[in-house]
Amino acid sequence: MHQNEKSCSCSREAIWPECKFQIVRKERLAQNINLWEVTAPLIAERAQAGQFVMVRIHEKGERIPLTLADWDKSKGTITLVFMEIGKTTKQMGLLKECDCVPDLIGPLGAPTHVEKFGTVVCVGGGVGVAPAFAVARAMKSAGNKVINIMGARTKDLLFWENKMRSVSDELIVTTDDGSYGRKGVVTEPLKEVLEREKVNLVFAVGPAIMMKFCAATTKPFNVKTVVSLNPIMVDGTGMCGCCRVTVGGETKFACVHGPDFDGHLVDWNEFMARQRIYLEEEKLSLQLWENQMKGVQ
Amino acid sequence: MAKLNLERTHLPKQKPEERVKNFNEVALGFTEDLAVKEAERCLQCPKHPCIDGCPVNNDIPGFIKAIKERNFVEAVRVLKKTNALPGICGRVCPQEKQCEAVCTLAKKNAPIAIGALERFVADWARAHPDMVPKDEIAPPTGKKVAVVGSGPAGLTCAADLAKMGHRVTIFDALHYAGGVLMYGIPEFRLPKQIVQEEVDYVASLGVEIRLDTVIGRMVTVDELLQKYDAVFLGTGAGLPMFLNIPGENLNGIYSANEFLTRINLMKAYLFPEYDTPVKKGKRVAVIGGGNVAMDAARCAKRIGYEEVYVVYRRGKAEMPARAEEVENAEEEGIIFKFLTNPKRFIGDEKGWVKAMECYEMMLGEPDASGRRKPIPKPNSEFTMEVDAVIVALGTSPNPLVSSTTPGLETTKHGTLVTDEKTGKTKKDRVWAGGDAVTGSATVISAMGAGKRAAKDIDAWLRGR
Repeated sequence: MHQNEKSCSCSREAIWPECKFQIVRKERLAQNINLWEVTAPLIAERAQAGQFVMVRIHEKGERIPLTLADWDKSKGTITLVFMEIGKTTKQMGLLKECDCVPDLIGPLGAPTHVEKFGTVVCVGGGVGVAPAFAVARAMKSAGNKVINIMGARTKDLLFWENKMRSVSDELIVTTDDGSYGRKGVVTEPLKEVLEREKVNLVFAVGPAIMMKFCAATTKPFNVKTVVSLNPIMVDGTGMCGCCRVTVGGETKFACVHGPDFDGHLVDWNEFMARQRIYLEEEKLSLQLWENQMKGVQ
Repeated sequence: MAKLNLERTHLPKQKPEERVKNFNEVALGFTEDLAVKEAERCLQCPKHPCIDGCPVNNDIPGFIKAIKERNFVEAVRVLKKTNALPGICGRVCPQEKQCEAVCTLAKKNAPIAIGALERFVADWARAHPDMVPKDEIAPPTGKKVAVVGSGPAGLTCAADLAKMGHRVTIFDALHYAGGVLMYGIPEFRLPKQIVQEEVDYVASLGVEIRLDTVIGRMVTVDELLQKYDAVFLGTGAGLPMFLNIPGENLNGIYSANEFLTRINLMKAYLFPEYDTPVKKGKRVAVIGGGNVAMDAARCAKRIGYEEVYVVYRRGKAEMPARAEEVENAEEEGIIFKFLTNPKRFIGDEKGWVKAMECYEMMLGEPDASGRRKPIPKPNSEFTMEVDAVIVALGTSPNPLVSSTTPGLETTKHGTLVTDEKTGKTKKDRVWAGGDAVTGSATVISAMGAGKRAAKDIDAWLRGR
């Protein structure tokens, strides 16, 4: 019955001896934002910027996609950053160092296209700063001048400023409420940079609305803008079609054709509507679980 | 010759009004007495057309004779010789188009219920594990084979190769083995426990199963070839096909793959006990006429849709679904709208589908498939109100393996090119079979392909 023995790390060894999805480091990066460093040598070996993994944390759990924030081939670990929003991510927040994740599948999706473009602006919003870091680093090592813009609603939600700085020729930090860095949203400095100098590529990852407005900001400048989409997924390997998105009038599957797409061609209204399909169910699920947790205490 | 008994034994089923409220198996299976009664009808004809009608050439008269003699142990032994997954085949094979279609008694409209008997034998074996004879496994050859995909093609190929003495490892991208048997076919038609037990049986032959492993991303086929003597690709169906008409990505429009995966693999019918949800509404239209469309429609009914339509562009006679499943669907109150095809989907202000505009269709001249081509009737548009749509039009192959494997030839549709008889691809030491080669097809044809490939791989490994 080795397919069923999925509850702890030891059974995992029977299936894939080299692979043991243990959380070796957990860090609270900001309010509700967690970092996991997980042992996953085969995924670490293959990981490239822009790719994602599917995570399932228990027998009755859903499969959720998380973009790779970092990886370490020599240690055989990958780094994931997630915000506690719904039941699954809140349950993930309760897992501790040394706990194991039964299912971690990846690296999935096409890697971000990296080459020497010239000047690249990477924009990361909210938890999107984590995958933006991976892309910024890759762009930097490819010889680009990299200008990074990172934004959050408020100071308490900011993380990885130093890490971002380490791969930036220039770093601009914004907060919506002005509690740190520049007051305002990321599109304002983005516009200024575009006005100021020649930019060859903009890469944006974060909330859909932020990516939509980044694309709208770069459009008049005619600068190619790549966005990393995060639609709802079930299998994540190109089988179910849940993650479909209209790009340039064509239906694409974010899990195999993406997650990166040309931001100027994405049908943003459709994309944002599709992200909200299960809002009611997600609320119900969270509420039932939270009531259950209160009952336990 | 034995006397003709034209009274086919009826397979007991759950009553329609009961079964639409649950996901338990619809068909209840033969008791020992019913099985023997049905087996007694078999003429044991010398020409046994049934064996030739079976894609894996099961010794049908052999196991039926054993049932007739109440020697169920022998029936299991005979069946397992050729079929590693009898519990699955007995349930989901289109017997009426294969073994039963060519049964001598079929001419009298009363073929032996071969599928039901096969299922009986498999279930009897599961209920009597201590009495089932152990499989003969050939001495180890020292050769290693990687099988990509744990669906019907992969499991069959792996089981056969393991019995031939080779060391086999199956890789699967999902968190359960079984492929389409797990994510695609509903519990009420094929209980997941049975899939799990047949997967366990394959593992008991010494086959190692590695889950959560995406070949083509985590490990490439070329890397597998460095560690294994041969590779079999049973990667199955890929991206779901859509109609490419306006409004198709509105909320509430599912591919059948997504709808069925949520329900079967992720157990969304048990939400919120299980975390994966599925939308429950009032009126749903399933587009398509195959088995997958029937499965999706019947699942929709069970999760609480009040009106479930199957919208198919041809007529009832042209439907590719199994007759038995169409009948089950009709009994369950599924409404069929034949000669109908959607023109566009209409959404509300929040991006949810609320209606679909359809054409009435008529059948023209035969097309490339040999079937009469459906053509929209001019000015026949009408609107159906729906709050969900499930598109069940089949799939196109997943590009993951083909795009990361140099030397693997594909057709213009993206399916893998193989030798029909052996499953050998154009790439050295790589074989393939199942939906990855044929496009959407049946469980049994995938199993047949797995078997043929296993035979060829074995011959090649031994000749090396």
